[in-house]
Amino acid sequence: MKMRLNLLGDFLRGTAFLGTGGGGDPYLGGLILRQALEAGAEIEIVDPMALADDAFVVAVGNMGAPTVLVEKMPSVRAMVACLRAMEREKGRVADAVIADEAGGVNGTLPMAVAAMTGLPVVDCDGMGRAFPELQMSTFGVHGISASPVVLRDEHGNEVTVRARTNLGAERFARVVCTSMGAKAEIASYAMTGRQVKEAGVLYTTTLAIEVGRSIRQAREQGGDPFAGLARYFATSADKRFCQVLFEGKVVDLLRETTRGWAIGRAILDGMGASAGRLEVRFQNEFLVAERDGRMLAMVPDLICVLDRETAEPITTEGLKYGQRVRVVGVSVPPAMRTPQALAVFGPAYFGIAEVYTPIERLAAG
Amino acid sequence: MRIGVDVGGTNTDAVLMDGAAVVASVKAPTTGDVETGVVAAIARLLSDSQVAAQAVKAVTIGTTQFTNAIVERRRLVPVGILRLALPATESLPPPVDWPDDLAQAIGSNVYLARGGYEVDGREISPLDEDEIATIARDMRAKGLDAVAISSVFAPLNDAQERRAGEILRACHPGGRITLSSAIGRVGLVERENAAIMNAALVALATRVVAAFRRALAALGIAAPFYLSQNDGTLMSAAHVERYPVLTFASGPTNSMRGAAFLSQCKDAVVIDIGGTTTDVGVLARGFPRESALAVNVGGVRTNFRMPDVLAIGLGGGSLVRDGDPVSVGPDSVAFELTEKALAFGGSTLTATDIAVAAGLAKIGAGAAVARLDPALVRRALDRIHAMVEDAIDRMKTSAAPVPAILAGGGGILIGRELAGVSTLSVPEHATVANAIGAAIAQVGGEVDRVFSYREEGRDAALTRARAEATARAVEAGAAPGSVDVIEVDEIPLAYLPGAACRVRVKAVGELAAGGGGRT
Repeated sequence: MKMRLNLLGDFLRGTAFLGTGGGGDPYLGGLILRQALEAGAEIEIVDPMALADDAFVVAVGNMGAPTVLVEKMPSVRAMVACLRAMEREKGRVADAVIADEAGGVNGTLPMAVAAMTGLPVVDCDGMGRAFPELQMSTFGVHGISASPVVLRDEHGNEVTVRARTNLGAERFARVVCTSMGAKAEIASYAMTGRQVKEAGVLYTTTLAIEVGRSIRQAREQGGDPFAGLARYFATSADKRFCQVLFEGKVVDLLRETTRGWAIGRAILDGMGASAGRLEVRFQNEFLVAERDGRMLAMVPDLICVLDRETAEPITTEGLKYGQRVRVVGVSVPPAMRTPQALAVFGPAYFGIAEVYTPIERLAAG
Repeated sequence: MRIGVDVGGTNTDAVLMDGAAVVASVKAPTTGDVETGVVAAIARLLSDSQVAAQAVKAVTIGTTQFTNAIVERRRLVPVGILRLALPATESLPPPVDWPDDLAQAIGSNVYLARGGYEVDGREISPLDEDEIATIARDMRAKGLDAVAISSVFAPLNDAQERRAGEILRACHPGGRITLSSAIGRVGLVERENAAIMNAALVALATRVVAAFRRALAALGIAAPFYLSQNDGTLMSAAHVERYPVLTFASGPTNSMRGAAFLSQCKDAVVIDIGGTTTDVGVLARGFPRESALAVNVGGVRTNFRMPDVLAIGLGGGSLVRDGDPVSVGPDSVAFELTEKALAFGGSTLTATDIAVAAGLAKIGAGAAVARLDPALVRRALDRIHAMVEDAIDRMKTSAAPVPAILAGGGGILIGRELAGVSTLSVPEHATVANAIGAAIAQVGGEVDRVFSYREEGRDAALTRARAEATARAVEAGAAPGSVDVIEVDEIPLAYLPGAACRVRVKAVGELAAGGGGRT
């Protein structure tokens, strides 16, 4: 499969959906891709299961604050330099690049590297959504080291972090990123093809494109885009649970910026088919949705807030009073629900007291 | 006496005001060149009211010419675009995400140079003055008189943009320079886009100002004239020549300001029902609430200050179709209302016909309207009210009921209390609220700079900023003593020495009698 101009709109809508309210606006990443495709670049997307077991694969992307990214856009050149540094570090030439995070801007950036280097992008990532920290990845959960992490700025300043744990890699890399102006290009999670197949969340590029397409096609056919989404997930290869959890209007918003995280909660009053009140808590991404004290969905399951009519994804910063939205919940694959995975990115890590319960079980009552 | 003019898509409205009293008002067709229609409206206003041209002390105009030029891609000049950012931002050179035809109109004269700031205030690169001088000479050689300069994080620090502007002026004396920091907020692409559009319009602005000046002189009006800008204050002619993009979206602003004036209500929801659409906006302390989102103008993303207005497809000319539920709009007979609507002998059922049938207005002959099914009339009226209530609900910032003001010619559609509204006022002259908004517009002065709180203390710095903004308003033509500070924004800048804080203060005052100030 190749990324093409006529797929780009669906892909960007899908990466925003998988961003679950965070992950940074994919708009600028999409512009970089459009520019590359218009200039004739080829972006090949490869099936992870087709990778040779000993293929050498490197995750590339961007680390930092979304507010900085809107002034200082991602540097494709610096990402390519990070990749090259990783190749020198490991003494191997990369066979493919991969996204660690399919949701938000980082879902788009490996493709920009692919366009510049001619390397293929693997149709896979480490979460099938967005998470705020480097260690929050199924790659890490499977024991793959995030280190060495190569960080680089536009000046060519380059720092390689070698940490004993992935949590340590996050802490040290975050400090370097801040010194680089709260935005750095990075390469991390160097791994083999076999590791990608075992540890990755498979086919998340396809997932993004198809989610974006199902919303658009339903709209174009004058149908309900939410029904389009539900149909898609019901028939998709990994048969995910997908449900409109609540339909309502934003009646209250509480936000604070703490340690660089956009933390807060939105309160929704029910309308249409929904009665009662929904509280959605977020930390960069949406974490839990609770109706009248009853939990409806919890991280790592996907909680996406979408415009009530168009199903266009809304970010946590984009929430405002009076918006009419539908909150959609989507299950994640079993590999993201193991005790080891939940220890890294389950509710407890985000300071939520309740024990994780899968969304489909919560829905069954 | 003052004249206010507002140029709309269909009509050019003009009012003559004596203090707070409306002496005369006219509606004239908007003309292709705008100026002719404005002059015709003013001439009729003077002849209708028998007021001598000499009695007019100021003319204020809300015009769509600059928005139209961008939307129609006409009368734009090529722009030399200079971005100070290297080695950052090379992955997306300007102009970013412009439609092809508009990008062609401004040409591809792009210069990326060293410069810009980090979020913590450090320079990405110091300005290379020789590099800027070389670029300036190249622009001069290419005849690029319109210049836009942007830099990374310019809203936090505009020193590099200003210095680059100085060098450009020295090396390229004919250059007319727009700085991104003078127009937009954080968001490089959107701010830069606004600066480029502004630069492309500067030549047109000079011609428009000259044309208005000539036309007013021909009418015997010697008073100064102003254009209204999107925040509801006036721009002197000299300021318009530098920042024409600030006139974008002045129409909705004028309408809301006029409604506030007529109703004497400074905090309210304004519902402006026209022929095709209803604009719903929110007044806070007499000024429209600003939109927080990126605004698309002519297919280009920008982020300069625009009123937050929700437009829905409901107006006096909206088509009404029976069904379950009954539908109203979004299509409209628009300016053909007096030919096509049932009430005027036509055959199309419009929202106006529903209002007439319900006894809310007496327009036209009404024979056909009287035969309408009362149940349909009731259901259509329910639908119209539900649409307006829904729009109000979306724009309110709290759950409590709020006062609302009804403006525009389509106000006749509203015949009963609206949910979510505490009191609904329908002021006299509400159909020309937009022109009144232009006539009563105030003069503003703004300070937007970095102050060192450690050096002079926060209180002293804020006092100084307020005094400077007030002085600027007076300098721009406000009556001393009438000036109020309406906005103070503080943005602390982390990691900078001296507890640096970016302070933005906005002051507004009444236009001094006899105009005054620099024009």
